[in-house]
Amino acid sequence: MANRIPRVPVREQDPAERATNFEEVCFGYDAEEAKLEASRCLNCKKPRCVESCPVHVDIPGFISKVAAGEFREAAMVIANDSSLPSVCGRVCPQESQCEGSCVLGVKFEPVAIGKLERFVGDWAIENHDAIPAPQIERNGKRVAVIGSGPAGLACASDLSKLGYDVTVFEALHEYGGVLVYGIPEFRLPKERIVAKEVEAVRNLGVHFEKDVIVGHTMTVDDLLDHEGFDAVFVGSGAGLPRFMGIEGENLNGVFSANEYLTRANLMHAYDSHYDTPIYQGRKVVVVGGGNVAMDAVRTAKRLGADAVIVYRRSEAELPARVEEVHHAKQEGIEFRMLTNPVRVLGDESGKVRGLECVEMELGEPDESGRRSPKAKEGSNFTIDCDVVIMALGTSPNPLIKSTTKGLETNRRGCIVADEEGRTSREGVFAGGDAVTGAATVILAMGAGRKAAKAIDEYLQGK
Amino acid sequence: MFEIVSKRELAPNIVEMKVHAPRVAESAKPGQFIIVRTDRFGERIPLTICDYDPSEGTVTIVTQSIGLSSHKINDMNVGEAFADFAGPLGRPSDLLDLPSDVLKGKKILFVAGGVGTAPVYPQVKWLKEQGVEADVVIGAKTKDLFTYVDEMRSVGNVYLCTDDGSEGFHGMVTGLMKDLIDNQGKEYDHCVIIGPMIMMKFAALTTKEYGIPTVVSLNALMVDGTGMCGACRVTVDGETRFTCVEGPEFDGHKVDFDEAMRRQNMYRDNKKTHPETENCKCNG
Repeated sequence: MANRIPRVPVREQDPAERATNFEEVCFGYDAEEAKLEASRCLNCKKPRCVESCPVHVDIPGFISKVAAGEFREAAMVIANDSSLPSVCGRVCPQESQCEGSCVLGVKFEPVAIGKLERFVGDWAIENHDAIPAPQIERNGKRVAVIGSGPAGLACASDLSKLGYDVTVFEALHEYGGVLVYGIPEFRLPKERIVAKEVEAVRNLGVHFEKDVIVGHTMTVDDLLDHEGFDAVFVGSGAGLPRFMGIEGENLNGVFSANEYLTRANLMHAYDSHYDTPIYQGRKVVVVGGGNVAMDAVRTAKRLGADAVIVYRRSEAELPARVEEVHHAKQEGIEFRMLTNPVRVLGDESGKVRGLECVEMELGEPDESGRRSPKAKEGSNFTIDCDVVIMALGTSPNPLIKSTTKGLETNRRGCIVADEEGRTSREGVFAGGDAVTGAATVILAMGAGRKAAKAIDEYLQGK
Repeated sequence: MFEIVSKRELAPNIVEMKVHAPRVAESAKPGQFIIVRTDRFGERIPLTICDYDPSEGTVTIVTQSIGLSSHKINDMNVGEAFADFAGPLGRPSDLLDLPSDVLKGKKILFVAGGVGTAPVYPQVKWLKEQGVEADVVIGAKTKDLFTYVDEMRSVGNVYLCTDDGSEGFHGMVTGLMKDLIDNQGKEYDHCVIIGPMIMMKFAALTTKEYGIPTVVSLNALMVDGTGMCGACRVTVDGETRFTCVEGPEFDGHKVDFDEAMRRQNMYRDNKKTHPETENCKCNG
């Protein structure tokens, strides 16, 4: 096989240095590196990478353009299927999607599809004048999109391209949902990347309105009956944090990862120019093993704390992206696997002074296919710390369900929708974490796109 | 943007503002709150709605200057606009759920303290509109610190008390509440208390002595105000609840006030820090 060029390594900030700042960890490829890496693609006849991408980006198509140095054309190929390439190139779990199914990966390293997508997305942001704004004829029909996260942005983009008049309603004061409040600056720059990709959606003709909490400020019924919308897409995410229900969780110094990250990301609490405070810890323990746990622990490290991950299963079961775990370790995060908290200990003034844990061992695989952890009796021990952050997952906010007539939800509070996003209520569609519970950016985008198609079919038939 | 259409100082450091926020004014109900942010650097600050007028499209807030953000709010002037004004948030007062015949038979006491007086007003006003006249106890340290007394008198029976005896009953709200019940023949079957946490704690202990069902409105720390962060966790009847979505009103006899007060001071001695200076290695 001719492909003897090794995967082009990507430049990153030095771990010791980056553990003290909030600048982006990965620098990404420059044009020469991107062209070289792109030349490794075999351009398979039946590209498995495209199949395993939830939004089916034409991966060999855009990579061949990159290899030829035609970056504008590459951006236009991606834009057919994704409105957020700079985001997805940074936060998608490529190892279990496109890159995980790359044929090259069988014998060698897979093509760095994520890094190439990021390169093209960033090139398009820097050269936005080079890409002509599409001329879209409006069809006079109006769609309301609730939530400006990945599902909402993807749905709004597709609908606007089809000619619909789309308004996105956001509860918070910045657009982007989890991209803004959840994922840290050092992984996904807010002004340079997220705001620009939102701007690109706005340039498709999509309207945005902030500070609107659907369910409080207006209801879904108001949107359909009084505000003149013909259909509604609910992409309100899974915003409610879970706690363990153990003793001491309301002590001063215990936070949900959502709170800690929202303070740092949405409110810029790490920046002295902003007013919002963030609780400064000497030693911070983060409970959980997902991407959110990694984001929280690396944020704590950057704020000057000794930072520890406590996870009840073993390293093999960590649900976080491989790259995040790798980066966290490089930055000096301590990983305590097979460890589970049993209570938070407080001092006489009600502040956290430690976390009592038990050692765990793995038993038989459970329904998720992962081996279920069991506590070793009598193995209790205490980790001294002054901050505990719970990163145990989230569930959908019940607000929209409780204020919308005839909208079915399941036992876990998720909105019931079919594969195309149709809910039990006519004219109301849903997708993303609001339907699936906490998942990934790209799955939410995929759901938003499918719903856009279903909304189009529904409104065509009306 | 959410323009300030009027502003007046009610008492030293206590400022009332009417803000143009038509969508909020349209949906607001007594007992709910909003989140305000002054500018792009500002905190998201929860404030209880003090009045609302859907025809004008305005919502009234009252803020006491205590910390950085409340000063920033009160330093803004008519014609300027808040960056954000989101709401209405939280659950409306439970009184709104009562059938009108039940409501009309209710003997309701409101107890207000400090900056908590203004948020009592929309509830008393709403009751008056339903044909129910409520008693309102308003407490202040001294007579110059009273706010919203005239407004309140126009909708309910007002009883004043001051710590220093400069106006009305000489003593705390708890003393006046006992006086009304023990000496003035008053009977109540529902009480709503809004004010500083410490006042709500002791006023609720007083109503407990008399067996009067009691509601308090908690002003917990919040970030998003929509249920996302859990900063506003409070223990009620042994269970953790989120003030922003399950409150702000809770059963005053079941709230763990000591925990709530401790959590309210979470950031008092944990100063805002900046990583670039905090991690500076230049001192060796």
